[in-house]
Amino acid sequence: MLTVGLTQYLVLAAFLFCCGLFVMTTKRNAVGILIGVELVLNAACLNLVAFSRYRVGTIDGQIATLFIIVLAAAEAAVAIAIFVNYYRTLATIDVDKGDELRG
Amino acid sequence: MSGEVLAFYLLAALAAGSALGCVIATNIVRMAMCLLGTLGAVALLYFLLSANFLAVIQLVVYAGGTLILIVFGIMVTSRTYGEKLKPRTSEALIGTIVVLALFAGLVAILLRAPWTPVAPTEPSNSVAQIGQELLGTYLVPFELASVLLLAVMIGAAYLAQPAKKE
Repeated sequence: MLTVGLTQYLVLAAFLFCCGLFVMTTKRNAVGILIGVELVLNAACLNLVAFSRYRVGTIDGQIATLFIIVLAAAEAAVAIAIFVNYYRTLATIDVDKGDELRG
Repeated sequence: MSGEVLAFYLLAALAAGSALGCVIATNIVRMAMCLLGTLGAVALLYFLLSANFLAVIQLVVYAGGTLILIVFGIMVTSRTYGEKLKPRTSEALIGTIVVLALFAGLVAILLRAPWTPVAPTEPSNSVAQIGQELLGTYLVPFELASVLLLAVMIGAAYLAQPAKKE
């Protein structure tokens, strides 16, 4: 019999986290890496809300998620600005090309 | 099977499938659309977790704001003149192995964890509660977030401006 509880939400969040981690580490498009970060942040948010509902019973998890959403938006804005600059400098969005600082 | 269970598994399948689509897709626009699927499914899962305010905020800020920003970023940076940005085979192989091992480990721990079953609490009128918490207990982080947003706005505008002509 299928049920819904804390464990199901945590397994789903673990799956989202693993997908985001894979995207972050293997994609070569800088915007793709940003998409991976968003997936990981969503997994963390889902964990927080599920714990807040099923374990803690207070609203603190939801507040933390609210702050994560704000930080994710801010981070995306700065990252896109950096990518625009990167693209203007190197005429590509491939992160492997940006290795001028390599010793 | 109750409606909540059915809704959870449908939404979980949608979220997981979209995340998997993000992993598989090589086209960056498809990746962004798959991210939209995941974000929407997670927002609906927040409704199931009776975090209504959070679900709306997720839809408005994430799906409506951050994703639009990402799509604009793709639009500005995607003229790559025919080169395909595929992950290297060795990197993809190692990544798959590591991520699968991590997922297996996480699931093994989660299934074994001794969560004592707690009856889900039904937060009454969560919007008012969130407002009171934000302007009470979490006042300092709240104000810091507003300062951060101002700094990010200035910083992003500065970073993205065209280079000055010498």
